[in-house]
This record gives sequence, structure tokens and C-alpha cells, in this order.
Amino acid sequence: MIKKQSAVGIFVFIGLLCIGYLTIKLGKMEVFGSNSYTVEAQFSSVQGLRNGANVEIAGVQVGRVSAINLDPESYVAKISMKINKDIALSDDTMASIKTSGLIGDKFIELTPGGSDELLAEGSAITDTEPPVDLIALISKYVFGSL
Amino acid sequence: MLQNLLINPCIKVIDTLGAVALFLFDAIFATKNVRHLFNKIFNQVFVIGAQSIFVILLIGLFTGLVLGLQAFYAMSMFEAQGMLGSLISLTLIREMGPVLTAIMVAARAGSAMTAEIGVMRISDQIDALTVMDIHPIGYLVSPRLWAALISFPLLTAIFNIIGLIGGFLSACVLLGLNAGRYMSGIESSVMLSDVNGCMLKSLVFAVIVILICCYQGYFVHTRKDAKGPVAVGNATTSAVVTSCVLILIADYVLSSFLL
Repeated sequence: MIKKQSAVGIFVFIGLLCIGYLTIKLGKMEVFGSNSYTVEAQFSSVQGLRNGANVEIAGVQVGRVSAINLDPESYVAKISMKINKDIALSDDTMASIKTSGLIGDKFIELTPGGSDELLAEGSAITDTEPPVDLIALISKYVFGSL
Repeated sequence: MLQNLLINPCIKVIDTLGAVALFLFDAIFATKNVRHLFNKIFNQVFVIGAQSIFVILLIGLFTGLVLGLQAFYAMSMFEAQGMLGSLISLTLIREMGPVLTAIMVAARAGSAMTAEIGVMRISDQIDALTVMDIHPIGYLVSPRLWAALISFPLLTAIFNIIGLIGGFLSACVLLGLNAGRYMSGIESSVMLSDVNGCMLKSLVFAVIVILICCYQGYFVHTRKDAKGPVAVGNATTSAVVTSCVLILIADYVLSSFLL
């Protein structure tokens, strides 16, 4: 029979491990400061994009969407992305909203540019492309006004 | 007629609500001797938490297994097995984990609590505590409340993890889903807010279970339906039933706030 102390100790230890796994690994909590920088972008529409969606370059995840807001003056969507520190982006990078598969999650695909100027913390990507409206495309095809 | 059918039951319900609320405040603020209390909390963490691990592991594993099995067949109708990880992880973390853990602990530790405190009441041990100038609620209920507030989130987290492992076993090992698809589904869909909501739920359920179970035991002598040992039995039954019902009601209310 194990001692009472050991049993409680094991229980609390396992429980804390599980909470740690849930919050840090699955919940993506940032424990040791942030090793990312924030870049903003404006889209005419971000339909279907969720907070926390992936940001990818060439299919490799390099960051996450951290905020989605509406710009109250120009009525365009303003999003913030957290990009890994070791990924340097030139200021003519293009951001487009894509869908994984036909009905999958929306994500942001960054297409690197060729400029020497790099995007700094808080700067904005100007070249953006809203998601393709699949339903509108299908209805255009069906009703033949393409 | 109207008085008997409508007004008296309403007054009774409101009285009970008030008594339960006062009981909760008493349990929170009757925390006096911290050193002594620490020892009692430790013992209660052992009873509520450590001794419940095995049953939590067991039902967590089988909940995950059956979720994986059912969801795999439902999803394969649309060839969308890739969504399985998201479905299982969100079901477990948002709903199943906190609720099933709370119900299991209510049935396992809560019933024992009601019976223990109830027997203390009918054998006048609670009056003896009062005579010795020991606050009975501070002595019996507060340690259980704090211990439950420690144990419930830990048990819920263990349940979630073991459920995810169960889902992995049935979907990936038995039915042959790609393990990478399962894991990436989990990691891409679970947000910190889901985990926070899960922990909030488990804390609320902890308060509900301890409050109902201790209240039923503590006031077993005021029951109208029976006296003595039979009343303790009835109190235990109604403690578990009331806890389960209130857990599910609170779950609905909390979910509608959290979503």
C-alpha cells in the first residue's frame, strides 16, 4: 500500500502535467515570453477566417492569426498575425486567404516578395487578397454569367 | 388551495436556496486555523482526488474509445475522417471532460461525504463539535470545498488527456486513421479559451457537488420523509441525484456563456 502523501503527490503531479499539456501544447499559451513579432494586414473580406488560424509560407506554418477586427472608418477587416521571429519578411510580401481542401479551414498564405526592406514589428502588409467566394463562383457557373 | 399548491412550495424553494447560499458563505469564511485546515485539505485531496484517479482513468479511456469509434463511422460517410481529432478533442475538453468527471466524483466521493456527515449528525457528533467550540461547517465542509477546488481541475485534465488517448487508440490503432491527421486535428482546433472554459466549468462543478452533498448530510435531521438511518440513505440518494441534475443545468448555462 502506498503512503497517503505519495498518492496525493502522484495525483497532483499527473494532474498538473495534464493541465500543462492542455494549456501549453494544445492551448498554445506563450510561457517564455514571445518569440514572435506582429504584422498587420487589411483585407476587403476575411469571411470564414478564425482567430488562431495558421499563417503559412509554401505550406509551412510560420505563425498564427492573433486578432481580427473591423476598421471602423474604412469598413475593411484588419487582422494581426504573429510571425515566428526567425522568419524575415520583405515589405512587398503578399497575403492571401486560402482554404485547405474544398470545405476545410481558412488560412493565410504569405507569398514572399523580393524587396530588401523587411517588415518590422507592427508594420502592415499592403498587398492582400480576400478569400475566393466559392458559392458566388458556382452560382456564376450555374447561371452562366461568367 | 392556491396557498398549498403554489405559494408554500415556492416559499420552501426560496428558503432552501437561502440556506444553501448561507451554507456556502459559512464554508468559505469559516476558514480560521489555516495550519490545521491544511492537514484536513490534504486528507480530502486524497479522498476526492487521488482515490478517484483509477475510475477517472477507466471512464476517460472508454469515453474516448467510444467517441473515436462512433465519430469515425459517422465521419467516414463524408470522407471527413480528418476532422476526427477536432471533434473528439473539442467534445472532450468542452463538455465530456468536466461533466463526466464531476458526475463520477459526485457518485464516488460526494455520496460518501453525505453519508459521513449525515451519520455524524444523527449520532450527535456535530452537536459535540459545537459544544467543543469547533465551528462544525469550518471543520467538516471548508476542507472538502478547498480540496474539491484543487482536485476537480486536475481530475478533469487527466480525464481529457486519457480520453484523447482513448480516441487515438480506437481511431488510429483499431480503425487505421492516420495518426498525424488525428494529432494535427487536435492541435489546430483546441484554443486556450476552450481549456480555460473547461477549467472554469470544473471549478463551478466542484462547488456544486461539495455544496449539495455536504448540505444534504449536514441537514439530514431536518428531513421530513424519514428519521435516523433511513434519512441518511435518502439524503445520500438525493445528494447524488441533485448534484447530477445541477451539474448538467450549470453546464448548459456555462456553455451558453462560453460559446
